[in-house]
Amino acid sequence: MLGRILSGDFPRAWPLMVVLLIILLTLALAPFLFSGAQPLNVAAKICVFILLVASYDLLLGYTGIVSFAHTMFFGIGGYGAAIALARIGPDWGSVAIGTLAAMIVAGVLALVIGLFSLRVRAIFFAMITLAVATAFAVLASQLSGITGGEDGLSYRVPEILRPSFRLSEGTVLGTAINGRVITYYIVFFAALAGFLVLLRIVNSPFGRVLQAIRENDFRAEALGYPVVVYRSIASVASAVMAALAGVLLALWLRYTGPDTTLSFAIMIDVLLMVVIGGMGTMYGAVIGASLMILAENYLQALMKGLGEAASGVPFASALLSADRWLLWLGILFILSVYFFPAGIVGKLRALTGKR
Amino acid sequence: MTDRTAEKEEVRAGAAIDWTPILLTVAVALAAIPLVGSFSTWVTLTVAALAMGMMIFIMASGLTLVFGLMDVINFGHGVFISVGAYMGLLVLWPLAGWVDSSSVFLNVAVLLLCIAFAMAATGLFGLAFERVIVRPVYGQHLKQILVTMGGLIVVEQLLYAFFGGNPITIALPQSFRGGLAFGPDIVVERYRLIAVAVGVVVFLGMLLVLNRTRIGLLVRAGVENAEMVEALGYNIRRLFIGVFVAGSALAGLGGVMWGFYQQTLTVGMGLQVLVLIFIVVIIGGLGSIGGCLIGSLLVALIANYTAFIEPKIALVSNIGLMLAVLLWRPQGLYPVTKS
Amino acid sequence: MPEPLLSLDGVHTHIGRYHILQGVDLAVPRGGFTVLLGRNGAGKTTTLRTIMGMWKASKGSIRFAGNDVTARPTPQIASAGIAYVPENMSIFAGLTVRENLVLAARSGEIDPKRLEWIFSLFPALQRFFGLAAGALSGGQKQMLSIARALIEPRELILVDEPTKGLAPAIVSNMIRAFREVKNAGATVLLVEQNFMAARMLGDTVAVMDDGRIVHQGLMAELAADHALQHRLLGLHLDKHQ
Repeated sequence: MLGRILSGDFPRAWPLMVVLLIILLTLALAPFLFSGAQPLNVAAKICVFILLVASYDLLLGYTGIVSFAHTMFFGIGGYGAAIALARIGPDWGSVAIGTLAAMIVAGVLALVIGLFSLRVRAIFFAMITLAVATAFAVLASQLSGITGGEDGLSYRVPEILRPSFRLSEGTVLGTAINGRVITYYIVFFAALAGFLVLLRIVNSPFGRVLQAIRENDFRAEALGYPVVVYRSIASVASAVMAALAGVLLALWLRYTGPDTTLSFAIMIDVLLMVVIGGMGTMYGAVIGASLMILAENYLQALMKGLGEAASGVPFASALLSADRWLLWLGILFILSVYFFPAGIVGKLRALTGKR
Repeated sequence: MTDRTAEKEEVRAGAAIDWTPILLTVAVALAAIPLVGSFSTWVTLTVAALAMGMMIFIMASGLTLVFGLMDVINFGHGVFISVGAYMGLLVLWPLAGWVDSSSVFLNVAVLLLCIAFAMAATGLFGLAFERVIVRPVYGQHLKQILVTMGGLIVVEQLLYAFFGGNPITIALPQSFRGGLAFGPDIVVERYRLIAVAVGVVVFLGMLLVLNRTRIGLLVRAGVENAEMVEALGYNIRRLFIGVFVAGSALAGLGGVMWGFYQQTLTVGMGLQVLVLIFIVVIIGGLGSIGGCLIGSLLVALIANYTAFIEPKIALVSNIGLMLAVLLWRPQGLYPVTKS
Repeated sequence: MPEPLLSLDGVHTHIGRYHILQGVDLAVPRGGFTVLLGRNGAGKTTTLRTIMGMWKASKGSIRFAGNDVTARPTPQIASAGIAYVPENMSIFAGLTVRENLVLAARSGEIDPKRLEWIFSLFPALQRFFGLAAGALSGGQKQMLSIARALIEPRELILVDEPTKGLAPAIVSNMIRAFREVKNAGATVLLVEQNFMAARMLGDTVAVMDDGRIVHQGLMAELAADHALQHRLLGLHLDKHQ
């Protein structure tokens, strides 16, 4: 049973298993474990990013191609739901239309980019996705009539997802089941389902071919697998999942703007989460996303304190200020690629001697 | 007998320069005249495009040669442009008097000093970047893209830390401001002419080095077949580092020129230009210098014309151009033949 | 017996997961032609590339002119005095014929006397001296590739199947040219599948099979011994005789 759910791809190391179980249980019970808005916010963000990062791992870790447009697809999902909810109305029909439209747009766009750039050289893909994603971000901020421009869009969600909604008068384990809790569980279960689908994809025969292509595309082509087609399909699947993650974020935040979905900083976050968690492992996405978002929410405060403490020293304060968060992430990123390419999952698996 | 004639035909075909992309570029410029509507506006736009195109060419040429020679794609190249611009600023600050002076000599001197200092600094910076960021992941494309992009982030953040996050406005030296009038209603900005001139000098210098010197010969041969160059007894690594450093210095030169052109410096300017550079080298054909020039001019012409005719289209005109070129020639306008 | 100019001792080479050379022992005496024969996939090209350091030997040693060159990088091996004419010719198509030769003349300028000599061997190169090498025909490209190896004196010239895919008239021109090279005193290690050409040029011969040298001796002996030819080279070579 468990084997079927996980597509036979087990964590294969007890420390990894323990960490994953802790994350799963914490996320599953988050509304009951913590009080206040901030922790639930963090938990919801972790769920969304696990899906986003896992879908990116399908591309980077399993297919071996680098995309800089993943946040574009994330944004398409976010804006899809946002525009439908803001323009059509706060009901489930809009959510469905927005989600469907976003997934279709993301899939078609990914297919077009894939067919254009992967046909020649895989390296084109990285360059072209960067160019397209940049143009898309500019477009989104300029077409303010549709997207709300730099301000983004705020909108109302269907009634039972609003904070004021109560499922019942009483509480469960001391927590009132309101619209936020319901939204959280939609986000949680959708992300979990999406993750399991991705796990299924990478462990299917299709996923095995992707890994063969990653190892040696020339050989895979010679064996009769059309490399461009396989890579393009992987890119489409990855984009559709990223769009789904965007929809979930849009539902949770009730706001979509360039900074929450399209910014290059988020792309860097995603890259870092994949690499730190462990490329090509899927479970790495879970660990990378959880760790990074916790760090961003709680370590940044620490850094702010450090920056203030060093305020007397000329450059140290500039380097340690919370604004320079990305500096330290960047250094960590480079060091991880050099010295830590298998990521945390790889280390945990190596710990028990099993691969 | 038949063998002979076949041979001769082959010789003729191979020796010809491919004029189609060049004619296409001219055609694009001419086709824009009726669309723009006014001849004087068209001249202004075209000169602006030539200036922009030559600056992009300066910045893109290093990237394309580095790729051609060693199959290294450096996503950090963009930040070299920002570094160049900010290094120029370091010269500009203490010499503010020279900028505002009405002496042409001092104006030229301050521009040259900016350029020299920026090129020296970015050249050194390129040397370090090659050693620390590029060399450890040599031959691994995936890691190369990731690590060079990481390098870009880190250096960008350092620039933020040292120069602050706000855009910095810079003034053009006195005698480069304003425009020159040609006839009754054609006015061309002086600085654009300077940018075109610098671009032409760099391009001619590059042609001279590539075609008339031994190092240039080695670079051209290395782009085609690096392994055979080694088998002839040359150390391609050293050649590559030289090209990398020269390309970095050119990016620094481009950064200074671009900064004066925009009259505003932002740390993010390098990444913005990098996107254009990528489009240019994909259009031109990765590794090709001639393709890089034609690609730069095409991108700049189309960007300037569409910005005037229909600003909303201008946002995606470059992407459209790239897709059109890739449909026509999947390897770019001037594919580099690897033997 | 004097030390051979080039000697391979138990050389193994792996390419990816494939174990191509499985202990090659080969000696190339100074002066004259050594021909390396063997069927497709026997490891002849790999042997030449391993000598050049383009693929690294995983085991064994390669000595050239008294020095161990096994682990040296390709440019150093080339600079030690080895010229290489690869199977695919690897001429620089975007460079002119002249530029190809200028690069090959490592010391700087082309020696006019030697150029004269090369033009006498391959007149086509003189005709197309200023043209892009990519515009040459297949045979002319092969001539250019050989000319690159001859433009300056080298102690050893490695040539990989120069007659492959060429018309018979061009092959005999090529053989004539190699004869002259031989008379000029060069040491050549020639990989050949064409036994007729090999017999006309070779002084000593080595035969490869499955990544090993299975026979080494004088060409005259192999040429005279039909049974040995039959055993080493198989039936398919008979029709060339």
